[in-house]
Amino acid sequence: MLQLSGNTGPAEQPVTLVDLRRGDAAILDHIDLPGEDARRLMELGFLPGTQITAGLSAPGGDPRVFQVDGSEIALRRETARRLKVRVPQSQRQV
Amino acid sequence: MSDCNGCSAAAPAVEFPGRKGVAPTTRVAVIGPPNSGKTTLFNRITGLRQKVANFPGVTVEQHTGLAVLPDGREAWIIDLPGVYSLAPRSEDEQIAHDVLTGNRGDTPKPQAVLLVLDSTNLARHLMLAAPILALGIPTLVILNMADDLRKRGGHVDLKELSLQLGAPVALISARQGEGLDRVYEFLAGAMPKPTPKELPVLQDVPKCRQWAGHVGNQAQYRPPVPPKWTRRLDAIFLHPAAGVLIFGLVVIAVFQTIFVYVTPLMDGVKSLFAVSGNWVASALPESLFRSLLIDGVWKGVGSVIVFLPQVLMLFLFIGILEDSGYLARAALIADRTMAKVGLQGKSFIPLLSAYACAVPAIMSTRTIENKRDRIATILIAPFMTCSARFPVYTLIILAFVPNRPVIGAFLGTQTVAMVGLYALGFIVAVITARVLKSSVLKSGRTPFLLEMPSYRWPTLQSLGLRLLDRSVVFLRRAGTVILLVTVILWIAAHVPFVNGKPPAIENSLAGTIGRTIEPAIKPLGFNWKIGIGLITSFAARETIIATLGAIYGMDDPDAQSQDLQKAIHRDLTPGGAVALLIFFAFAMQCVSTVAVVRRETAGWKWPLVQFTYMSALAYLGAFVAFHLMA
Ligand SMILES: Nc1nc2c(ncn2[C@@H]2O[C@H](COP(=O)(O)OP(=O)(O)O)[C@@H](O)[C@H]2O)c(=O)[nH]1
Repeated sequence: MLQLSGNTGPAEQPVTLVDLRRGDAAILDHIDLPGEDARRLMELGFLPGTQITAGLSAPGGDPRVFQVDGSEIALRRETARRLKVRVPQSQRQV
Repeated sequence: MSDCNGCSAAAPAVEFPGRKGVAPTTRVAVIGPPNSGKTTLFNRITGLRQKVANFPGVTVEQHTGLAVLPDGREAWIIDLPGVYSLAPRSEDEQIAHDVLTGNRGDTPKPQAVLLVLDSTNLARHLMLAAPILALGIPTLVILNMADDLRKRGGHVDLKELSLQLGAPVALISARQGEGLDRVYEFLAGAMPKPTPKELPVLQDVPKCRQWAGHVGNQAQYRPPVPPKWTRRLDAIFLHPAAGVLIFGLVVIAVFQTIFVYVTPLMDGVKSLFAVSGNWVASALPESLFRSLLIDGVWKGVGSVIVFLPQVLMLFLFIGILEDSGYLARAALIADRTMAKVGLQGKSFIPLLSAYACAVPAIMSTRTIENKRDRIATILIAPFMTCSARFPVYTLIILAFVPNRPVIGAFLGTQTVAMVGLYALGFIVAVITARVLKSSVLKSGRTPFLLEMPSYRWPTLQSLGLRLLDRSVVFLRRAGTVILLVTVILWIAAHVPFVNGKPPAIENSLAGTIGRTIEPAIKPLGFNWKIGIGLITSFAARETIIATLGAIYGMDDPDAQSQDLQKAIHRDLTPGGAVALLIFFAFAMQCVSTVAVVRRETAGWKWPLVQFTYMSALAYLGAFVAFHLMA
């Protein structure tokens, strides 16, 4: 279950990858990083519109592995925060 | 025509004649994303006919090899670094781009490309096909990991894929040697230029991915089910408790092996050199030449070869960790801790290796893609207490620290002193990393990305070739320089002649130098004898023991270690002894390390910076220690 707006600051702030818990899936909306860095992520499969599933993590939850486009890529929290996602309605149970 | 045979004006950086003495006319590049199995394929088709060098001026390693085609002709194969795209941003991508477009003067443009893609993740990997096919070079699209694809129920229509891409396609398993005949067929055949149905705008990543997806769909690509075992193993290896425990066990296993299990091997190599040296010595008449051969060359070479068992064992470990896929998990677990000093998870294993020897540690930083992180790791690695410091620490501690119990019989003062020195190196490394990473080597915002490959069994062939390759690099780079320096030192200790004979060491060139630098090292509590030892120890740290042995007139310093301890005790104050320990903890007294840093950073800048910094720190540290103790 996802608790989205309650504890992630202002309600209008979009959800990011950091807000996903293990097993949660979401659709990437956009990457809030400079062009080159965003491109690098896109080449690894982080393209807007793609489904991303949060996986296991290092102890303490950072970095976390994400399943995207057939691969598993670990991102640090500071990077995951920049990936804004939409959570499909069916999962939004707040 | 751009793909002619004679038009490459510049000669290749590495001479690579074929077995018949002539350079093969076919030059083929292997390219693909990381972990697609490029190296495995390259090893398959070239076997032991390989060479490794650096691309001139950059840190990217260049692997070239010869493939023998079924008709007996040979092809020159170059393994390019793993890349996801050809956009030249990182050094790796720049090299791949420049070689493939014929923009590197030192490497002629290849006439054909083997594009290796992972068939179990084809849709994404096909993205790289777009820029490669756009080059217009004849290309064989290789879908690797056929075994895995089959086992996990994936499928792809090769005919249709070939039609879409306008290039031949081969489904192979590089690991099992399956489907290689298609590769040879391509290399021996007419090699037509690719005629893809359509290509996307290359700068537009989403468009490229769409195109790749479309091509995959046309070819009925059905991705395999996710790897069951990888999920299961990750549940253990990345478990918050069990994962950390296993990580700890791996670290302990590495330590235990390189310090405990390998020691008899190293002793064996050492005595092999001693015995063979004595044997050669007794076979030759007493002469200067004999002394040069035995005391210079033999001991110099021996001092490097002694580390070979340790280095090989380290590379075996790193090879197993990397090929099995665990290395990425270890990096993930270590990342938070390493991030605290501004580094990242991938720096962990190299730094751990540096406790054995900085040379293989620095060579293994190649797994760190981020250049600044890699340089920072290289710069701090020599602070880790390598095994060459151990005999020096032992000698001085035994000579100066009386063994009194600290906690019962378990922990004595000598052990505490030793552990303290290990800790000292570590702490200075951490501080240095912090300083570097918050100043000159600040990483900017480049995101840290770590792909988690599937777990796989490492293969003996891959491990064997890796060991061979790394030991050649180790022996060649370190061995040649060490040899040169030991010969120079030998000469310095044997000139100028007095009455046609080499002088006593205090009157030799080395002795003169020792006395000349005495004013500079006096503030550290060292006399000229220690000075000579310091100078020779810049070749390799443990050399100081042999040098001091020679100065104090002992033929076999190992056997006379008791006497040597006494002699040193007479010549050094306790303050000077502490200063000497600190000096050894901080100084970069190792020509091999300087040489390998130069190689790995492609220039003299970083080794010079590092050498200066470490020497200055060693001097200051020793100075402060001596005056605090006085
Ligand atoms: N199952 C399977 N594994 C393979 C195959 N080819 C390579 N591998 C494994 O994939 C991993 C990465 O291979 P490597 O050649 O190092 O990839 P590179 O990064 O592209 O050079 C290694 O563990 C190989 O053993 C294959 O055909 N089948």
